[in-house]
Amino acid sequence: MAEKIDRQEVKHVADLAKLSFDDAALDKITPQLEEIIDLFTDLQKVDTDGVEPMYTPTTEHNVMREDKGVQSGQRDELLANAPETHDGLIKVPAIIDESEDGE
Amino acid sequence: MNFNETNITNLHNQLVNGEVSATELTKESFKQIKNTEDDVQAFLTLNEDAALKQAAALDQAGIQDDQVLAGIPFATKDMISTKGLRTTAASKILKDFKPIYNATVIEKLNQAGSINVGKTNLDEFAMGSSTENSGFKQTKNPWDLTRVPGGSSGGSAAAVAAGDVLAALGTDTGGSIRQPASFNGIVGMKPTYGRVSRWGVIAFASSFDQVGWLTKNVKDNALLMEAISGVDQHDMTSANRSVPNWAANLDQASVKGLKIAVPEEYVSDAIDEDVREVVQAALKHYESLGATIDTVSLPHTKYGVSAYYILASSEASSNLQRYDGIRYGFRADDVKNLEDVYVRTRTEGFGEEVKRRIMLGTFSLSAGFYDAYFNKAAKVRRLIVDDFNKVFEDYDVIMGATDASTAFPFGDKITDPTKMYMNDALTIPVNMAGLPAMSLPAGFSKKDGMPVGLQIIGKPFDEQTIYNAAYAFEQTTDFHKKNAKLGGQD
Repeated sequence: MAEKIDRQEVKHVADLAKLSFDDAALDKITPQLEEIIDLFTDLQKVDTDGVEPMYTPTTEHNVMREDKGVQSGQRDELLANAPETHDGLIKVPAIIDESEDGE
Repeated sequence: MNFNETNITNLHNQLVNGEVSATELTKESFKQIKNTEDDVQAFLTLNEDAALKQAAALDQAGIQDDQVLAGIPFATKDMISTKGLRTTAASKILKDFKPIYNATVIEKLNQAGSINVGKTNLDEFAMGSSTENSGFKQTKNPWDLTRVPGGSSGGSAAAVAAGDVLAALGTDTGGSIRQPASFNGIVGMKPTYGRVSRWGVIAFASSFDQVGWLTKNVKDNALLMEAISGVDQHDMTSANRSVPNWAANLDQASVKGLKIAVPEEYVSDAIDEDVREVVQAALKHYESLGATIDTVSLPHTKYGVSAYYILASSEASSNLQRYDGIRYGFRADDVKNLEDVYVRTRTEGFGEEVKRRIMLGTFSLSAGFYDAYFNKAAKVRRLIVDDFNKVFEDYDVIMGATDASTAFPFGDKITDPTKMYMNDALTIPVNMAGLPAMSLPAGFSKKDGMPVGLQIIGKPFDEQTIYNAAYAFEQTTDFHKKNAKLGGQD
């Protein structure tokens, strides 16, 4: 393994994470991630053959509740947190990029 | 009044007898905050008007004998949702966010009549060990203002040490209650995973996060923990178990014959000598109280940091997807299209460390790396848990250092992420396994005079044994009586 994370890979991961790094930020974060991921490769030394992965310490299973709708009546409070609203709705920029719209 | 010199039981008796009112206690809290805040910077938002109103209503109604927490001022880490009161996770991305509901823990404390005086500073989204990653301000250690308060619950720990409140809520994902408790000479308890509901707690790493208390003494901690524990239909990982009366059941004598395991990894050379000295002296004290002490090994401890930063960052990268600039929180200006909203909002809204963790998590989960990183770490997690299980077959509790050092100076580790991550090496394994664990004031460093914490780890849902052991130590030593310079004011 010992995969190195390079500038190209950092850009790809940033795309997946919906983040962007300019050149100066890339110069900073790339070696940092490289160093941390290098630390992670330590785990390859551990023999985990036949070990069941563990994703949570909880012992609770399949907790169900009644499927019942409730009115919270908090539309105004909810909308108060939205960056932009219009007529009781959340306003967002055009979903289709207008610059590519070719009008 | 000095909150560092009293406790909840005393204040409760005074409230019931009419010697003091809830309004007076609340005013005392804000007075002390105002006296110390310029130096300490523990709070992000104060709740003064609502707190005084709540106190006045309590005084009007009268506090009854069974309302043990009524009128008691506390502070809340700004990672926990408070209805109508700004909740930021110390992130610019939630700069003006006002939750529309209370976290279950806040709801329970409201019902108990406790008074939330404000929201405390933290590392952004609880990612950090010094509170230097806050998007808003730098909290200082009330024992020495040139040093960090620890993190991520640094504001909560500093508020208690400064005597602003008797108690503060924290969250602990990899040590974020215990390490600041150690750095501030107070009691910090992370209960068993599932003991306390996470509903309304801003999610960082959901299989690790747990809410707990930072207090000046053990009994207050136990009392308050009872109030916030229990199953909650809103959190399916909350445990369907009855909550014991930890405070009423405190048993100092049970330390006689207590079987203590000390992992060699928790007292090793990697730990500063001044910290080791205090821990060894504390263990000797337990021996003198009739406990038996054996050295054991938790051999996978050294892999904990790596496995944790893969797993917790992966969970974080998923949990933090919700911050997209659409429904709430910060949205970048002059955005052209939807992709732009997402990318620019997140790039401008998150701080450096949060972005680093999102990157690590996204990388670990991405195609081609999932098995080598995420899944490998999940397997190592199982081995770390197996280590604990094996030791707990023969012992009642595990003890060792909470942290390898005392509170360090500002700037010491913040420029080197790997160095900062290693700081959590002794607290992380507990979160991997979901175990309950406390940091208890155990003494002071000979080198710098700063407080040192002893970590006490228990079996799942056996908080009582931890509380008992801690109480026995506290009641037979004087370390907890010493207050931070800024906390000892009248």
